[in-house]
Amino acid sequence: MQSLTHVTGVAVPMIEDDLNTDQMAPLQLAKGLKPDYADLLFKRRRQNPDGSLIADYVLNQPQFTAPSILVAGSNFGCGSSRESAVWCLYAVGIRCVIARSIADIFRENCLQNGVLPIELDGAAMDGLQQRVLAANGAAHFNVDLEAQTIDGPGGEAIGFDVRASDKLRLIEGLDEIGLTMKHASEIRAWEAQTLADTPWLQQARDKRA
Amino acid sequence: MQGAKTLFDKIWSQHLVGRRVDGRELIYIDRHVLHDLHAPHAFEKLANAGRAVSRPDLTFSMQDHSVSVLPGRTDDTYAEGAAFVRAMREGSKRNNVRVFDLGDPEQGISHVVAPELGMVLPGATHAVPDSHACTVGGLGALAFGCGTTELEHILATQVIALSRPKRLRVNLEGKLKPYVAAKDVALHIIAHLGVSGGAGYAIEYAGPVVRAMSIESRLTLCNLTIEMGSRSGLVAPDDTTFQWLAGRPWAPEGAQWDAALAHWRTLPSDEGAFYDREVTIDCTQLDPQITWGTEPSQVTGVGGRAPELDDVEPTRRAATQKALAYMGLSPGAALEGLAVDRVFIGSCTNSRLPDLEIAAAIAKGRKVAPGLVAMVVPGSSTVKRQAEARGLDKIFTDAGFMWGESGCSMCASTNGDTAAPQERVLSTTNRNFENRQGRGVRTHLVGPALAAAAAIAGKIVDVRKLTGEA
Repeated sequence: MQSLTHVTGVAVPMIEDDLNTDQMAPLQLAKGLKPDYADLLFKRRRQNPDGSLIADYVLNQPQFTAPSILVAGSNFGCGSSRESAVWCLYAVGIRCVIARSIADIFRENCLQNGVLPIELDGAAMDGLQQRVLAANGAAHFNVDLEAQTIDGPGGEAIGFDVRASDKLRLIEGLDEIGLTMKHASEIRAWEAQTLADTPWLQQARDKRA
Repeated sequence: MQGAKTLFDKIWSQHLVGRRVDGRELIYIDRHVLHDLHAPHAFEKLANAGRAVSRPDLTFSMQDHSVSVLPGRTDDTYAEGAAFVRAMREGSKRNNVRVFDLGDPEQGISHVVAPELGMVLPGATHAVPDSHACTVGGLGALAFGCGTTELEHILATQVIALSRPKRLRVNLEGKLKPYVAAKDVALHIIAHLGVSGGAGYAIEYAGPVVRAMSIESRLTLCNLTIEMGSRSGLVAPDDTTFQWLAGRPWAPEGAQWDAALAHWRTLPSDEGAFYDREVTIDCTQLDPQITWGTEPSQVTGVGGRAPELDDVEPTRRAATQKALAYMGLSPGAALEGLAVDRVFIGSCTNSRLPDLEIAAAIAKGRKVAPGLVAMVVPGSSTVKRQAEARGLDKIFTDAGFMWGESGCSMCASTNGDTAAPQERVLSTTNRNFENRQGRGVRTHLVGPALAAAAAIAGKIVDVRKLTGEA
C-alpha cells in the first residue's frame, strides 16, 4: 500500500448523518465483477434513472468533481461491509473522510485502502464544517497526518486524534499481510496448542462424509 | 471481582495469537465463511499476490447474494449474477475450499447454514465478509463482519488484526407478549441505543428474555447487532444451545462432544465481570414493531404513528422529514391501515423454520390480498426441505405466496429481486435504507407475523386483530 502522510485538495461537504455504504456503492446498479467505481459513487443521488446527471447534487457541481477530502456528519459508512464503498470514494480521488463518527467496518476498509478516516466532534467539527461550506471548493484544505492537523481557509489549524497503530500503518504504507506473516510461527504454535486443548475448533468435519 | 471475565473476554483471550508492531491484536478465526458477492475479488487478489489459502479446511463458500431464488434456477437465471457465482466456484475449487453451490442440498444464506450444520460452535470465532456475520453470536460464537481486504488477509493467514472492542451488556428483562418475538426486541433495542449506539463495542445480550429464546430467535436478535454499529453481538451458551447443537452434522461427537460441552459450560460471563457499559430494557409491554423511516432505529409499535416533527430533536428534524417524505408518510401518520404492495419473508434475519411456521400459521386457510405480491424465501435449502416436509410450502402457495429457492433475495437485492419505485413493502429483512430494495422502494421492517398478516390484509394490520387475539 502507498504511504499516506498528508492529503491536500478540495474538501466536499456532505453534512448528513448516517450516510450508509449502500448509498456510496449501490451494488444493485453495478455491472459485473469490476464496475466503474467512479460512476457508481452515490449513483442514485448523482444520476437520474436514465443516467443523466442531477445538476445540483453536490458531487456534480463543477468545483466538487475531483475532491480529495469528504466532510460528513455522524455515523458515516454505516450498514453493509462492502469495501466497494471505499473503492468508489477512492476512484474519484478521495483520500480522507472526516466525520463526527465513522462506522467500524467502514473505518477498517478505509485503512486497508490508504484512505485516512478522521473522527472529529464538538466545536472543532462545527467549525470545520462551516469552513468547508464557506470555502465551497474554491480553496484547498490540507490534512497533515504526521502533525495531526487539518488546515485550510477560514481559520486556525485544527488538531485531530488518530490511533497510533492506524497512523503508523498509513504513513509507512505497511503491507498488512506481510505484517501479520511476521507472526507465522505464533499462528502455527496457536494451532498446535488448540488442536491439543480444544480440537473441535481446529477440525471442521462433516461427520456424515 | 478480580479476574472475573465476560464471555467476550474469554473467547478473545483464547484466540489471541499475538500483537503486531502496530499494536493490533491478531485473533485466530476458527471458521471463515465466504460469499459470492465479495469473495471473487479476494480470490483474485490472493492469486495475483501468489498466496495460498492458509486453512482451506476451515474455510467455506456459500452462493447466496447474487443467486436467483426462482424454482429451477441455474447460474444464468439472474444473468448479472452469473459472473459472481462462477468466479466464486472457480476461486473456491482452485483453493480447495468446499462450495455450497447451487443445487447443493445444504446451500443457503451463510448466516443460516453455518449454525444449522453445526459448523459454528460456542466459544468459536467466525468471520464472513458480510456485516451480518454477527448473527451466529446467537450460539455463543464471536463473529466479525469484514471487508474484502480483511477477507484476503484471513484467507492468507487465518487471523484477523483488530483493536479490542469495549464490552456492552444489554439486559433484556420481563416476558414477551404473544406475537412479539426476537425481531421486535432487536428493533426496540436499536431504537433505544440508536444506529451508532453500539459502535466500538461487542454486545452481549443477557437476561430472562434471552434465556427464554430459542436458538433461532437468538440468531435473529444477534443479526441486528450491526444496525447499532457493532460488529459483534453474542449470547452466552446454555442448555438450549447444547441441545440445539447436539447431533448436527458438523458438531463434535462422542468423547470430543463431552470435552467440548465441558469447555462450553465455562464460557458464560463470570459474576462481577466488568462491562464498559450496561443497559437494561424491560420488554414486558413491547408490541410487535414496525419501522416507519429509513433507518432501523425509526421504529414504533404496530399501533403507533410516525413522529410529529415537534417531537423530534431539532438536530434530527431535517433527517426525519426526509425519511418521512421518502416513505410517503405525513408527520403523525398512523401506520396501521396503510396499503401494502409487497411482502417479503426471508433473509438472514427471519428465514429459519420457526419464522416460516409463524407466517404459515397466519397464512393457513387465508388468501393473499388481490394485487399484492408476497414472497417466501427460505434461509437455506435445508430449511426449505424441512418446511416442505411439514407442508408449509403448500400452505403458502395455496394462499397465493410465491415459494422460492434459498438465497439473500430482497434483503440485499443484489440478485435482481427488487420492488418497483414507491411500492410499500413489508419485509422481514434488516435494512430499510433508501433504495435498498430498489429505487424509491418504501421498506418497513417487521417480523414474520406482521409480514404475513399484511400479505393477507393488503395493509398494515396488527396481527393480533387478524387472528382475533386483540
